[in-house]
Amino acid sequence: MSETADRVKKIVVEHLGVEAEKVTEDASFIDDLGADSLDIVELVMAFEEEFGVEIPDDAAEKISTVKDAITFIDANKG
Amino acid sequence: MFDLTGMTALVTGASGGIGSAVAKALAGQGARLALSGSNADKLEAFRAELGGDHVTLVCDLSDGAAVDGLIPRAVEALGHLDILVNNAGVTRDNLVMRMKDEEWDSVIRVNLEAAFRLVRAAAKPMMKARFGRVISITSVVGATGNPGQANYAASKGGLTAMSKALAQELASRNITVNCVAPGFIASPMTDALPEAQKEALTARIPAGKLGEGSDVGAAVAYLASREAAYVTGQTVHVNGGMAMV
Repeated sequence: MSETADRVKKIVVEHLGVEAEKVTEDASFIDDLGADSLDIVELVMAFEEEFGVEIPDDAAEKISTVKDAITFIDANKG
Repeated sequence: MFDLTGMTALVTGASGGIGSAVAKALAGQGARLALSGSNADKLEAFRAELGGDHVTLVCDLSDGAAVDGLIPRAVEALGHLDILVNNAGVTRDNLVMRMKDEEWDSVIRVNLEAAFRLVRAAAKPMMKARFGRVISITSVVGATGNPGQANYAASKGGLTAMSKALAQELASRNITVNCVAPGFIASPMTDALPEAQKEALTARIPAGKLGEGSDVGAAVAYLASREAAYVTGQTVHVNGGMAMV
């Protein structure tokens, strides 16, 4: 598992208050992890802060699974 | 009760009649303020009068880009932002049939669009902090309408409805969003009215007199306080009973 994946999963566990084993790469934030749209906004803000990346709204809208987040961050972090 | 010590607030239109009374009320409860307005000299004079450790931020609320920058400037100046008071407002009265596009647009831009831009920007730091108070100064005419003020009434009614939507979006993050709707409040503008007109005005008010800015300030201070945590999406009408809605 990549370092990015570890950090992403830690943030998801903290923000959504879910058990770590539920946060698989295929897990959907909304369907599997119980996030609502406000949670997604907060997760995106937390990712931006943690990784120093900017996630524009159109990109954020496409992030629906844990893997989507990891892929975007790996492709865009400095 | 209603102690705001350690809390910070941005007040727009802070050197105006109601704005300065709101600022005094918040500062009186211990909040540290960023006072915003379009006139640097008036703002600075008011800051000096207020004393304490407050800051001024000049901003033209009809300039969208400037408005977008105001919350980041306030956060930088104050360290964090607990309270946003959307107070600034303009009027461009005219009968609907005679109202120019520009009269409509300018009132909507300052009273409604600027408030939207400010709450959009303030929501982020407030969500992170898991605390926030957004208070918009609306008007009795936002609920009742008023001839000659289609633009102003629409802007205030819009501000009220926007606040209700935002209140629902942010309630789970301990952010409350409320409005204070003044009726007729004594100001240099009402002081200048002819006596007969003043009497006609007060005849419509069960309390039998105009309100004071401090009446509005007290309502804002309450809604800003930690004690008002369970009040959101509401309007406190401060109008001496002239409209009960």
